[in-house]
Amino acid sequence: MNDPGFTAVANIRLLPGRPNGFMSVVRSSVISRFNEFFEWFGTLGIFSWRVIKAAVTPPYEWRELIRQLDEVGSKSLPLVALAGSAIGVVISLEARYSLSRFGAKSMFPATLVYSVVQVMGPVITGLVVSGRVGAGIGAELASMKVTEQIDAIEASAVNPYRFLAATRILACILMLPLLTLAADACGLLTGWFAQAMVEPLSFHQFIESGFSGATFNAFLPPTFKTTVYGLIIGLIACFEGMRTSGGAAGVGRAATNSVVLASLFLILADVVLVKFILVFFP
Amino acid sequence: MAITYDSAIKQPSLKQDGSVPVVAVESVHKTFGTHRVLNGISLSVSPGETLAVLGRSGTGKSVLLRLIIGLVDPDSGSVRIQGQDIAGLALDQLGEIRKTMGFLFQHAALYDSLTVAENVAFPLTHHRREMSKSERDDWVGQLLAEVGLERGDLEKMPSDISGGMQKRVGLARALALEPNILLLDEPTAGLDPISSGEINELILKLQRERQMASIVVTHDLHSARTIADRLALLSEGSVAIEGTFKDLQRSDLGFVKKFLELS
Repeated sequence: MNDPGFTAVANIRLLPGRPNGFMSVVRSSVISRFNEFFEWFGTLGIFSWRVIKAAVTPPYEWRELIRQLDEVGSKSLPLVALAGSAIGVVISLEARYSLSRFGAKSMFPATLVYSVVQVMGPVITGLVVSGRVGAGIGAELASMKVTEQIDAIEASAVNPYRFLAATRILACILMLPLLTLAADACGLLTGWFAQAMVEPLSFHQFIESGFSGATFNAFLPPTFKTTVYGLIIGLIACFEGMRTSGGAAGVGRAATNSVVLASLFLILADVVLVKFILVFFP
Repeated sequence: MAITYDSAIKQPSLKQDGSVPVVAVESVHKTFGTHRVLNGISLSVSPGETLAVLGRSGTGKSVLLRLIIGLVDPDSGSVRIQGQDIAGLALDQLGEIRKTMGFLFQHAALYDSLTVAENVAFPLTHHRREMSKSERDDWVGQLLAEVGLERGDLEKMPSDISGGMQKRVGLARALALEPNILLLDEPTAGLDPISSGEINELILKLQRERQMASIVVTHDLHSARTIADRLALLSEGSVAIEGTFKDLQRSDLGFVKKFLELS
């Protein structure tokens, strides 16, 4: 913004002798949005570098990491299990209807298993955790920022990037695959139950049929891609929280931005990750 | 002897009594956006000395403390702690210097997810890992007793205690690592006169017992007179006058007279 060339371009008149106030406003608004967009990524990059440096140098914050594993993992489990269960029922109902139309009811177990484990389980888990954990981390760190608690941590010669950010991000990375497995299990269980209520199907038969022909590539890569989701959720929530300003309004903005941006990037990352998995784990 | 500064005068490296300052701020400038907060400020503090920094709201007193603890970098000039310039140091290197300093924030800045005892123990759990739990608990108990809190307060949360008690807990936390330098940002702000007096007495007692160099930022002249060896009055981002309270009273500067008259 201080580049004289930039300023000169921004002040060019479109028509000689005529004021171009409206166009000038539109142009400067668009330019400032672009600047904010790239500035956000640049600042996120600097923040990420500081967190990585702090995370790999001792002393390590094991106690805080364990506390965060509990916060992110065990306290999200009921919500994730409920979401997974609901998804299992929904897919079961939809799949039964669609497969019946094409005379492929025998494919039901495999359809449910692959749908839950490969697609819906990871994404739903990621979005639920983004909402619960992302908002929680964003609001907590933002509140600490506006009440000078983060400054107090730094003044106590404790690295806030290590103590606050690295522990939370690592907890998200480690817990997302486990939560995804829990969501998958609940989804398969309730999906089977919903089907069994209509047509007799033993659980043993369901599992045997659903997992027949299953390979490593079908199940583990989609589950472990959620480590990337965890990285996105933790990184964005910590970033938004620790850069907050503006009192209570700032805390609200940080919580909202954490959820919205984490969810958005999670979905965009899924596009890339699915392609990656299809290429490298065919 | 009162010392009056203009922006051209540089703070001498040695104090007039020949001692080396533990804190030396030299010609520091700091601007936020278009607002110049500090305009070539220079001051220093010797071991065992207490300096009170006074001034109107918005004259950069709190920014000065944040510069000294390294939460903010100066635009120009230097901040030396025990001879070392802290500007531009990496976070972990700065951490080693911060372990020799204690900071009491204006609103105490207690960690609201931790109890009173856990707040005070926070620096110890990170920097005195060789201490056993019982040693740490004993030390925390001693610190809280020193600042006038009882054992029954240990398990309370910060939201359950009064503003005055929060300041005491904040002070105990600042003293946990036995610092050489103590920075206090408006220690009596928001407190009633009786609580303010108690905090002043507490700070005096701690100074007598521990002989720390202290910088107290305050707009409370009575508090400054009670606890400080020297006073520095800021105006327009630099030190307008520095000396004892009597030196300030003898000053002919209109701003100083008005400040003393209205305090």
